[in-house]
Amino acid sequence: MSEPENAVAEDRAPGAHQNSRDRFRSYVIGIGLAVILTGASFAAASSNSVWGPSVPVLLAVLAIAQMGVHLVFFLHISTAPDSTNNILSLAFGIFVVGLVIFGSMIIVSNLNHNMMPMDRLLEMQR
Amino acid sequence: MSTTIDVTTAERHPPAVPLSEQGPAPKRIVATFGFWLFLLSDIIIFGALFAAYAVLGGATNGGPSGIDLFDRRHVLIETGCLLASSFTCGMMIIGTEARSVAATYFWALVTFVLGLSFLWLEGSEFADMVGKGFGPSRSAFLSSFFALVGTHGLHVSVGLGWLLLMLAQVGTLGFRPMVMRRMLCFSLFWHALDIVWIGVFTIVYLGASR
Repeated sequence: MSEPENAVAEDRAPGAHQNSRDRFRSYVIGIGLAVILTGASFAAASSNSVWGPSVPVLLAVLAIAQMGVHLVFFLHISTAPDSTNNILSLAFGIFVVGLVIFGSMIIVSNLNHNMMPMDRLLEMQR
Repeated sequence: MSTTIDVTTAERHPPAVPLSEQGPAPKRIVATFGFWLFLLSDIIIFGALFAAYAVLGGATNGGPSGIDLFDRRHVLIETGCLLASSFTCGMMIIGTEARSVAATYFWALVTFVLGLSFLWLEGSEFADMVGKGFGPSRSAFLSSFFALVGTHGLHVSVGLGWLLLMLAQVGTLGFRPMVMRRMLCFSLFWHALDIVWIGVFTIVYLGASR
């Protein structure tokens, strides 16, 4: 506990920035990276030079990277101590979204796996 | 090391009031943080719609699948519109911070036009699909597609209405703290929609190639 209790006098609001020049630079870097990542996504999905089965993984990596770019350079979310509240609530949001999406996928694929094939089911009902 | 931290914080904030005695945070921080929480809960709604799409995406019921329906060039233009409008929205906030009505109005107008062209492109895509008989009632895949992409489009149209409202407020009320706060919240909303769109074009449109 070497850090003084009042090290953070004021929390940072999401999207807030120190000054307009910082903000402008951040937007320019952000749009540059976003354009590169979007272009890479579309190119990877359309080209034949990428090994087919690896395309979905590549797309997922590019999408997650671009979401990170948007969060950092457009929404100005940082790991600085003054935005702990923002980053913690973001982490909770991502956790819930992951739970909803992957939980649904696992449950439904398990149900599909355990379901009797449709022709057998019809046979039994006869 | 702790002494250096002490010095810098003392320079920035001369009266060292302990965190527990500082009282509530300024309204600017509280309001924006509250809006941040709203955005996260909004993203959870989209998470549920994404889950529905992930589960139902293959259930085409003999109808067309994504590869037959989606035009990638079309989606690339839509993505470009939304990405550019995110950037111009940032320029608008810079204009707002500089208290410049002209810059705010100019960049807001560019943002509005880009958002509107996105909506128009999406609307023409939807109309085309429904016209061919591939509406939301055709298959579970199309139901979840229209629910997910339509909800995003609905958010974009609400955002455009909000932008017009903000322009009216800048014109009548000027750059008072309340208006500045709302402008910042609008930019958060607009950027969050762009993040959702990354998920949409990756999973729905580009994922359809498999």
